[in-house]
Amino acid sequence: MSLAEAAPMSPKIVVPSGARPLLTVEHLTMRFGGLVAVNDVSFAAGDAEITAIIGPNGAGKTTLFNCLTGFYKPTVGRLSLDHGERQFLLERMDDFRIAQKAHVARTFQNIRLFPAMSVLENLIVAQHNALMRASGYSVFGLLGIGGYRQAESDAVDWARYWLEQVNLVDRADDNAGDLPYGAQRRLEIARAMCSRPVLLCLDEPAAGLNPRESAELNALLTYIKEKHQIGLLLIEHDMSVVMEISDHIVVLDYGSKISDGTPEFVRGDPAVIRAYLGEEEEDEIPPEVAADLAGEAPPGGEGEGR
Amino acid sequence: MAVEAGKRAGSIDGVDLQALFKEAGLAAFVAFGLAISVVGVRTVTIPGGLGLEYRWEWVVIAVAAVFIGRFVLAFRRETRSPARRAEREATMDRIGAGVQKVARIAGPLLFIFAVALPWMPFSNRYIVDIATLVLTYIMLGWGLNIVVGLAGLLDLGYVAFYAVGAYSYALIAIHFDLSFWICLPLAGLFAALFGVLLGFPVLRLRGDYLAIVTLGFGEIIRVVLLNWYELTRGPDGLSGIPRPSFFGLPFSRRVQEGSDTFHTFFGIDYTSMQRIVFLYYLILALALITNFFTMRIRRLPVGRAWEALREDEIACRSLGINPTNTKLTAFAIGAMFGGFAGSFFATRQGFISPESFTFVESAVILAIVVLGGMGSQIGVVIASVLLIGGTELFRELEQFRMLAFGGAMVAIMVWRPRGLLAHRDPTLRLGAAAKGGGP
Amino acid sequence: MEYFVQQLINGVTLGAIYGLIAIGYTMVYGIIGMINFAHGDIFMIGAFVGLIAFLILGLAGITWVPLALIIVLIVAMLLTSVYGWTVERLAYRPLRGSHRLAPLISAIGMSIFLQNYVQILQGARVRPMPPVIQGGITLMETDAFVVQLSYVQILIVLVTVALMATFAMIIARTPLGRAQRACEQDRTMAGLLGINVDRTISLTFVTGAALAAVAGILFLVYYGVIDFYIGFLAGIKAFTAAVLGGIGSLPGAMLGGLLIGLIETFWSAYFTIEYKDVAAFSILVLVLIFRPTGLLGRPEVEKV
Repeated sequence: MSLAEAAPMSPKIVVPSGARPLLTVEHLTMRFGGLVAVNDVSFAAGDAEITAIIGPNGAGKTTLFNCLTGFYKPTVGRLSLDHGERQFLLERMDDFRIAQKAHVARTFQNIRLFPAMSVLENLIVAQHNALMRASGYSVFGLLGIGGYRQAESDAVDWARYWLEQVNLVDRADDNAGDLPYGAQRRLEIARAMCSRPVLLCLDEPAAGLNPRESAELNALLTYIKEKHQIGLLLIEHDMSVVMEISDHIVVLDYGSKISDGTPEFVRGDPAVIRAYLGEEEEDEIPPEVAADLAGEAPPGGEGEGR
Repeated sequence: MAVEAGKRAGSIDGVDLQALFKEAGLAAFVAFGLAISVVGVRTVTIPGGLGLEYRWEWVVIAVAAVFIGRFVLAFRRETRSPARRAEREATMDRIGAGVQKVARIAGPLLFIFAVALPWMPFSNRYIVDIATLVLTYIMLGWGLNIVVGLAGLLDLGYVAFYAVGAYSYALIAIHFDLSFWICLPLAGLFAALFGVLLGFPVLRLRGDYLAIVTLGFGEIIRVVLLNWYELTRGPDGLSGIPRPSFFGLPFSRRVQEGSDTFHTFFGIDYTSMQRIVFLYYLILALALITNFFTMRIRRLPVGRAWEALREDEIACRSLGINPTNTKLTAFAIGAMFGGFAGSFFATRQGFISPESFTFVESAVILAIVVLGGMGSQIGVVIASVLLIGGTELFRELEQFRMLAFGGAMVAIMVWRPRGLLAHRDPTLRLGAAAKGGGP
Repeated sequence: MEYFVQQLINGVTLGAIYGLIAIGYTMVYGIIGMINFAHGDIFMIGAFVGLIAFLILGLAGITWVPLALIIVLIVAMLLTSVYGWTVERLAYRPLRGSHRLAPLISAIGMSIFLQNYVQILQGARVRPMPPVIQGGITLMETDAFVVQLSYVQILIVLVTVALMATFAMIIARTPLGRAQRACEQDRTMAGLLGINVDRTISLTFVTGAALAAVAGILFLVYYGVIDFYIGFLAGIKAFTAAVLGGIGSLPGAMLGGLLIGLIETFWSAYFTIEYKDVAAFSILVLVLIFRPTGLLGRPEVEKV
């Protein structure tokens, strides 16, 4: 932290597209004992843009996410979130305060829903803080006075809106744990969106999805970006998702940033090809993904919204 | 585990009997190892020291029982399809759901029955007393259900809050001469305060730490009550705790000059039943308040956050829910209801001593919650009636009670980890909400 | 000064017993990440098995103390480990992968069961045992006070040290120890590499129970009275010791046991004996607040 304060914003960290930076990561380093999981990474993610973080397994992507969302305290570095009217230094905040005050929402690599609660309840829990205020921190709610009823009904409407977006309205009253895998992934995104974030962090949202679901995911993420004008930060292995929808790609390898730029730039960057695409081509890129890279639309894909 | 069926000779329905015999034999051998010491030999006090009593027949019985039991279980396992387990889960869930549906209708009937109980033809002092006791445990079970069933926090020292409530009630009532209706909330607040003080340091840690700290805390409270003689009069206990009055009208035979008692005010004859019936209605009201509170708070954001925390704490944190504060409210509210129940206990008995607040009490309350089905309100009622009412009726089996409770807790966790009647209905439905207004 | 030395001796003796029990907690926690609430009761059963064995040997005419003691130790370790094995098999193994409250409740149920099981079978009254080993060495003597190091205390410390050394060897050198450490690191991976995870966990319970049985016998010869309830408090204190030393760490368990023994003894000696149990408990809470990883524990990185 002392380093972050001492270091001036020396070479200005900018978003490639020139968009206003929503999140600025400066000199982020995370050590676990002797292991350096993230090593001096700096980049900026633009407002109302999709920024993808890619890299081979163990490159430090999820650790970076965990630092951003407060689950880990970074060893060194500054993580600043600029809403426009307010600024937050995320590295100084507790995990739940980051969600509550800075409005950063996230999903998890291995889905974390509330399995024994209904789909709708999952989405209502996401609006906890607003509803707590509306229920007078439970006091008025218990007595049945004040505007809690109205607030709850608004919350249900908001939840319904997101259920419609992820196509789960008819499963609203089922337990979240009973949904099929792909639906659970969508529900997790809907739940994160229900908390009205300004930055949505998605940890491998396409993992385990079939090509059709994957295409639907692309459409959903693009919709979120364009309709709700928030920043999305995305960890992904699925190149069809990454290349198609990202405005900006940051490539990590062994904890360090090796490339940063537009999809076109990253695709042509020799460092990326060497470290990520080139050397491990056979392992990393299955034929259908290679096809996607070449620009072929996946079967059953809807409009990409661009 | 699965035996390759039907390969060898000596098989029925494709079940390899030889393997089953071997398995049962192994289990019997283990049983022999278990029984040979503490079952087969009993230490008895004889003049001049300790002697031994041998009960080898018990060992034989135990070994034979385990052999047969294991054999039957293994045979059933082999002959039934694996799908049976899922089927059984589904059946149990249907039963749970069914009980809850019935409870929605039966609830009011049960309520009417509870109100009418003292006036029933078969009713007598003994029955009202047992009903009062059962209701006390129902209230304690509902209080603990908030902590264990909803918030998923394992509190093994719930009796500590019961004790804090009872002692604070007794001390306030004795020393400050305040009425029951003032002491009751104060005692509840004290208990809640203890809950906060204890919960604050440990609720941020893993759940199992909370379990052991509460276990220790329950014991510590008892030690303190035993030894702080100036305040609690130690093992002698506190006596002369004021009895509750009917809004200022005491239940007593003798009438003091210039004041009324319950029977003179209403112009009826004095019987000792009046107080007993009043106490019964008091605990009924307290228990119903607890139930009403729980049902209501489940539908508020804080209640949903409790359940969400039980399901996945990390996800809660990612949604901006403050885990420590949320758990703390559950813990404190549970403690508060424990404190209310403690006040009632103190005023009913008129005398309290540390003996009433041992770990066994915590275990009984936990057993009620677990056996009834964590989070299930009606489950608590059924479990209390069976466990408390049942053991009251079969007093000679008293010594086996805790053995059975302990065994049942293990068996139910193995068989149906969410509790026997655990079935959860969503706190709000999209369908219902669409018609404007919650359920 | 003399008083202090005497308390030091008593504290170390008590600490040795706690340490032996604490190992069981710490090992089980290390391998399956749960508190085995029934462990204190296993210790209590060990003490009862030991008592019965002593009495039977007495009746059989084997009265030469070293021989009797060795036989009792072996018998009790064997028979108590059967309890350890059975508890794991019945109450914990079927619950692996269940929701997180289930094994805890099952464990507390097991603890309640075992306590009442022994109470019913052996009676609720305390069982006194005539002293097996008498006498001791007088270390210091003044007019007012005699510092005694009894033979029992020497025995307790010797047995504990010997067992600890053997045990440390087992963990460091033998295949069982390697399997155990591997399962602690990553159970799934250990399973994939051909380690029989179920058996390793069973063996962990068996060794823990055997050590608890030894602790039970040492408790029995030291205090001379046992009842079905001794496992409860001893269990809480030994668990405190395991947490204080750093749960999951074997040297930590021993160190924690020693510290708890010393703290309890000195508290009783210099403050109030009635509140000695409060002391151990307060330490547990303080450690959990200020240093949840204990003295020798490694910090736990939360898996998100």
